[in-house]
Amino acid sequence: VSTQSTWGLLILKRMSNRYDAAVTKFSPSGHLFQVDYAFEAVKRGACAVGIKTKDSVILGVERKSMPKLQESGTIKKIFQLDKHLAMACAGLTADARMLTQRTVLECQQYRLTYDQQPSVNYIAKYVAKMKQRYTQVGGRRPFGISSLIMGFDQTKEPMLYLTEPSGSYSLWKASAIGHNAKNVTELLEKKYKDGLSHEEGVKLVIEGLLEVVESGNKNMEIAYMKNDEKLIKMKDEEVKSLIEVVEKEKSPPAAPGAVPIPKQQHNMTNLHFY
Amino acid sequence: YMGLSIMAYFGDFSFLDDPQFGLPDFYGDGLPVGAYTSLAEDKKSAEEEVREEFLSEGLCIGLPKPDANIVLPYLRSSPEKTKLEKYSKGTTTLAFKFSKGIIVAVDARASMGTFIGSNKVRKIIEINDYLLGTMAGGAADCMFWERVLAEECRLYELQHNEKLTVRGASKVLLNLISQYRGQGLSMGTMVAGIDISTGNNDLFFVDDDGMRIQGDLFSIGSGSPYAYGVLDSSYKYDMSLDEAVELGIKAIINATFRDSASGGVVRVYHIHKTGWKIIHDALDVSALYHEKYGIQKNHLHLH
Repeated sequence: VSTQSTWGLLILKRMSNRYDAAVTKFSPSGHLFQVDYAFEAVKRGACAVGIKTKDSVILGVERKSMPKLQESGTIKKIFQLDKHLAMACAGLTADARMLTQRTVLECQQYRLTYDQQPSVNYIAKYVAKMKQRYTQVGGRRPFGISSLIMGFDQTKEPMLYLTEPSGSYSLWKASAIGHNAKNVTELLEKKYKDGLSHEEGVKLVIEGLLEVVESGNKNMEIAYMKNDEKLIKMKDEEVKSLIEVVEKEKSPPAAPGAVPIPKQQHNMTNLHFY
Repeated sequence: YMGLSIMAYFGDFSFLDDPQFGLPDFYGDGLPVGAYTSLAEDKKSAEEEVREEFLSEGLCIGLPKPDANIVLPYLRSSPEKTKLEKYSKGTTTLAFKFSKGIIVAVDARASMGTFIGSNKVRKIIEINDYLLGTMAGGAADCMFWERVLAEECRLYELQHNEKLTVRGASKVLLNLISQYRGQGLSMGTMVAGIDISTGNNDLFFVDDDGMRIQGDLFSIGSGSPYAYGVLDSSYKYDMSLDEAVELGIKAIINATFRDSASGGVVRVYHIHKTGWKIIHDALDVSALYHEKYGIQKNHLHLH
């Protein structure tokens, strides 16, 4: 208990965790609670799925229903970082915005210093490094964001990286972040194969997102990138028609008596999380 | 677990009293200066912080800048002299791309005016297994900065798990040199190498003026006009390795024949798909010249 305080009491109504209010303190069990709570914030964000195919990388995001009066287009989930890089975030929208702004700047600074495009690994490492700093220094809270960073390297290979609020980053063939990401990951583990074609990959992304989107709404956004080409956002009509195709191809419903895993519904109108 | 547990919690709110609290641009460097992390006495001055950030980014090493009081009067007193000195990079170095890689050929003479210091200097600097740099101008400048470049390349490789490309390495060299522009550096260097991951080779010319250009064929030094003459007349992209090596040697020995500041031995390196290889370590130029042209080129008409 610090004796420097002159500002009074804070009353907490939960399990006693006097180590969880400060980022830069370990708990006796070895947790950084703020980082753990940041992961919870990520789970409140809309789902994002990333898949690497033979010749492309595809990002699909769950699009939340906009309030009636809001004009679409201002809240983005898929950001283009550079000609050959793109990123999808899940979690706090404002944090995502700051993160992408810093990363875009870093891409250009790299281009100035080395006169070549930054590799996906470099940028993923940069994002991870930035996130880690905020878990160790200064007492400020971590970013409440997980991000999927995708792009192509000079070797023309597609790459998909996942970075987490703890500052860890890893290379993936297919991954999902955000709300209900576990369901999607389970599906991807079952259905993903090496050497998927681009079309098969898009269908798999849609299948994954159908697990989590609000049934009836089926609102999703798909973007992909091929080597030496910039990010392409698929048109809504195209996505809708592909959704219909995927739903027809889906395996028949489970045997009677089987209880399906209920999807966790959550309040999607909270605009702080996307 | 006892349900509702009310805890008196004394937090450390002294950060609110800190005069630095709430300053803008705390995302500026990613390292916030907060009351939690440092005492007032520990805070560095703005200049020191910038300098440290500069150092940690690897863009420059912490060398003291040459004293302006010494350098500037020298530069001002004889502007013509510095220009002449620039062109008297007493050497001949050349490099060119061809179908089977890059050939780099250099002479080996170090001269100070009319005094020949050495005929056995190594003007190709092996930066690492896949990069070569050539030396023309100030030997110390070239050797030193290319060693620093080697360090930067190695650090990059260790930090980012990927090799720095020729393009990146030449830019890093330029970044290092540019800080000392106008302060007396004398370097005309080529950075040649192979990007092993993509299989593409590259050749860049980097100069103390701050010029950096990509190209297929370069020659630098006082003997370069003579080398260019030979190269430009016989160069083809489709050559065998032997033909290309012959062309490089021919250009060097013709340059050393006519330029007094070039001579000694010729060294030839070949950059191929997986790195570089020494083709000829030391071939005496005058012996070679007489072997190739001695009988035909005996122009002396003695009466």
